Amino acid sequence: MVIGAVTLWFILEKVILIASIIGLSFFIAMYTTLAERKIAGWMQDRHGPNRAGPFGILQPLADGGKLFFKEEITPVTSNRFLFLLGPALAMIVALVTSTVIPWGAPVVTSTGIISLQVADVDMGILIVFSVVSVGVYGIMIGGWASNNKFSLLAAIRGASQMVSYELPMSLALIAVLFMTGSLKMSEIVSYQMANGWNIIYQPLGFLIFFICALAECNRTPFDLPEAENELNFGYHQEYSSMKLGFYLFAEYINMFVSSAVMATLFLGGYDIPFVNEANWGLAPWLYSLISFSVLMAKVSFLLFVFIWIRWTIPRFRYDQLMNLGWRKLIPLALFNMVLSAAILLWLKS
Amino acid sequence: MQLTQRAKPVDRSPMTFLESLYLWNIIKGMGITLKHMFLKKATIQYPEEKRPFSPVFRGLHVLNRDAEGRENCTACGLCAVACPAEAITMEAAERVPGEEKLYREEKYAAKYEINMLRCIFCGLCEEACPKDAIYLSQTFAPANYARKGFIYGKQELLIPHPVEQPEAYQKALGDRQPASRNQNQPVA
Repeated sequence: MVIGAVTLWFILEKVILIASIIGLSFFIAMYTTLAERKIAGWMQDRHGPNRAGPFGILQPLADGGKLFFKEEITPVTSNRFLFLLGPALAMIVALVTSTVIPWGAPVVTSTGIISLQVADVDMGILIVFSVVSVGVYGIMIGGWASNNKFSLLAAIRGASQMVSYELPMSLALIAVLFMTGSLKMSEIVSYQMANGWNIIYQPLGFLIFFICALAECNRTPFDLPEAENELNFGYHQEYSSMKLGFYLFAEYINMFVSSAVMATLFLGGYDIPFVNEANWGLAPWLYSLISFSVLMAKVSFLLFVFIWIRWTIPRFRYDQLMNLGWRKLIPLALFNMVLSAAILLWLKS
Repeated sequence: MQLTQRAKPVDRSPMTFLESLYLWNIIKGMGITLKHMFLKKATIQYPEEKRPFSPVFRGLHVLNRDAEGRENCTACGLCAVACPAEAITMEAAERVPGEEKLYREEKYAAKYEINMLRCIFCGLCEEACPKDAIYLSQTFAPANYARKGFIYGKQELLIPHPVEQPEAYQKALGDRQPASRNQNQPVA
């Protein structure tokens, strides 16, 4: 009976955590759309949306409401089931990726330790990679089921782009794993708390990882699957109403999650920089709250860089994209991997 | 042959490996966009803030009244003749006794219409008018749902009465001073 009670409490705890993480992802994705438009405005000497509520803070709600009331169109020639599956898959995959990220320091209570991580599995970061790989199906299925040549072209582009950029991304990751010696996200964070952030030891690895993250999220300069002026909106051309909203939203959730992954892998996760917070003697819940805010600050900064890059760099041509991926980033990532392995071996001997 | 000193030769040498990563140029570009975030915005927030018009701006027409509120127009038709876009039509009528407070002279425009979709806002009507009865104000025609709505009659064109609605009159007048320009005072 005791075990049963503990298990129930455990399930409840996880359900609350999952619900709040999904809510948080939606909230952040909503406000990233506003931030995107605001920052785009500022960078082009404009104000950005400022009519809906003070400083335009109600703009995402207005946009969402508008999408809900738009007419829902399913092309007659499309495959109805796959047409529905596409945006659903994109959204589910975007949300599932956040399971292994440690959102803050665990809260120590009298009854036990509440981890701010849905699942601290041994192969943590590999789960992120395998789930992100499924994300390409959202684009492929949606583009193919639309039965539209532009959508299909965009889907093919998206698929090959994401497959190509996963290679240098994982190669950059391997160099990090050499140092931390674990795939567990919580151990990667605690390694960085003890030894300093990975970005200090792996600046090239971080750069490669960041560029590949841009490509994986279909963000400019690698937004070829939705190149407006070449493919007329890309893989979600035939989508309307909230199905389109799901695709657009999934992109922002992907951005949020990949920022969180990068912050965890390279920027020390929820580690508070420059201080040794263990000496403060704070209440555990307060410490967890602060560490969570620190992680959010890092994530916001990375999201800002994502947006900043989008409004600075024009889109790559498709051959340039493939060139950069296969002939520049993969050799660089291999070099980085071999170099870090050699240095680690030399340090240990 | 070199025509100016400003010509810049194009460097077509192949990119080095570092250049082909575009990194340095991307960082430079990001510096530029970051700088622009803090520059003054070019936007004029329209309904709250309005862009000042030039003093010679030619906007919507106003049918003028004199200081006592009598309509200046005598329906002579010179404006309609002068109009290159043929936007003005009018019908004249004779003033009957008892209407001296309404119309300044014994002939007046019973109907006066300007089609704002035809009008090119050239201001030739204002120049043609011998009675200072029509002038172009500093506002422009608001949007409308139907073409019909752009045919402005006396209702829309007449300036508010200077005695009965002095505030609205002053607003419609803008920076025009009627007294100084009313040279054609009738011999009472």
